[in-house]
Amino acid sequence: MNYQFRTSVELLDLCATHDCSVAEITLRAEEEASETPRSEIESRMLEYYRRMKDSVQKGLAITERSRSGLSGGDSKKVLAHSAGSQVSVMGAVFERSIAYALAVLETNAAFGRIIATPTAGSAGICPACLLTWQEVREASDEHVSRALFTAAGIGKIIGHGACFSGAQGGCQAEVGSASSMAAAAICELDHGTAAQTVNAAALALQNTLGLICDPIGGYVEAPCMMRNGLFGLHAFGASAISLSGVASIVPFDEVVGALREVGNKMPRIYKETAEGGLATTPTGLRFKSTK
Amino acid sequence: MGVFEIIGPSMIGPSSSHTAGACRIGFAARALLDEPLVNAAIHLHGSFLATGEGHGTHEALVAGLLGMPPDDERLIHSLDLAHQQGITFSFLPLDLGPQAHPNSTRIILQGATRALILTAASVGGGSVHLQEIDGLAVEIHGTLETLVCWHQDTPGFLARVTAVLACVQVNVATIRTSRLGRGEQAITAVEVDGRLPGEVAALLSKSPTINRLVILPPLPGF
Repeated sequence: MNYQFRTSVELLDLCATHDCSVAEITLRAEEEASETPRSEIESRMLEYYRRMKDSVQKGLAITERSRSGLSGGDSKKVLAHSAGSQVSVMGAVFERSIAYALAVLETNAAFGRIIATPTAGSAGICPACLLTWQEVREASDEHVSRALFTAAGIGKIIGHGACFSGAQGGCQAEVGSASSMAAAAICELDHGTAAQTVNAAALALQNTLGLICDPIGGYVEAPCMMRNGLFGLHAFGASAISLSGVASIVPFDEVVGALREVGNKMPRIYKETAEGGLATTPTGLRFKSTK
Repeated sequence: MGVFEIIGPSMIGPSSSHTAGACRIGFAARALLDEPLVNAAIHLHGSFLATGEGHGTHEALVAGLLGMPPDDERLIHSLDLAHQQGITFSFLPLDLGPQAHPNSTRIILQGATRALILTAASVGGGSVHLQEIDGLAVEIHGTLETLVCWHQDTPGFLARVTAVLACVQVNVATIRTSRLGRGEQAITAVEVDGRLPGEVAALLSKSPTINRLVILPPLPGF
């Protein structure tokens, strides 16, 4: 085995030794470990990217509220606003990106098909960032889907050093991980070096530490959906800072260690139990499942 | 950890435990029954019982019983589809005790000629743990192809199974045998790397102490 890595130090070593991107090393590691031809892995990832885009389009068309009444029709509103005259000073792209992330979570709540990246509750972030990037840069699906290997490479390191489950590590492990993966993906798409790509992941992840998992009524909808929308933007910010040459004070592997520590010490009521945070506010309690 | 464990699974929402994992458990139960399904009594424990309905767990379990993968867009219509196929089903509460995983189910299937009882948990991220088949403990994760044998507890049984696997160069990942009592009904589950060639089932079926065997493929999406 020549391309396996468990930490970003190992990953960056491999990138330097073979003069490759994070995406390329991750792809070679997968080829090697799964004994699957490269073309098969690439076409499956392309198919997954297309399904992500489908989940965005499907969500944007939703007009009905979900079974719980917590979501539905919101992404459509945000998208409409992005095209209107009162668009934010950050511009239409900023708002569209939010709409795309909300759309995936609306599809999810409506029993539609999504790609859990890395989980269902955080599945909007990577599609929103990549689709936004693709529209602005006018790139092909093939080109953009390669960035999912960048995201997966970062995800592997987080999965090895910490976890992705809200029930184990809180929302920081789900939305934090997704945002970190997306930051790396768009950084590498924008020609960031391997070091800048990993640094973008570090910047995004460290600023989600402590985020609790407090789903209202126990449903994967609120605040999950808005967190996807807003932490997609967070990923763009982290990528921009990294591309400017500004480095995270704490390197990525240590941030992953902090994620694990915070997750382990986080009280159980903030780990997907709907027993704390927004879930137990007077309003949150009104949505508690009576079944 | 493979890239498609991070980017994926491709699934129907809203929750990998409540829909993807539940669907895989249903799929496994149907594969283990290995004949047309007539009736399913689906017992739900813990969080599956408390929040399963709002999270689509009922539909996901039945979709799996109909043989759908967790990303089949018909999943949410599975109850109607089962009705159309003349399959009857019911959902019942069950307390499997404080040690049981919160997302646990016991599915009792009646097929055309036989019954099957499967107890399983959806343990997160769409992963599952099959724990009991027909009241006998097993440990099956569904990520690997698994040979499941219902047999009499007899000396040399495992030697016979492993000899056949050795002949076809198949590597055993895990193996577990449980029995009701000495010389009584037993179940052996063997998780293997790669795929079992067709002759394995044919060769093992000749063993007089095997009542039935099923080759459970890796569950869909793994």
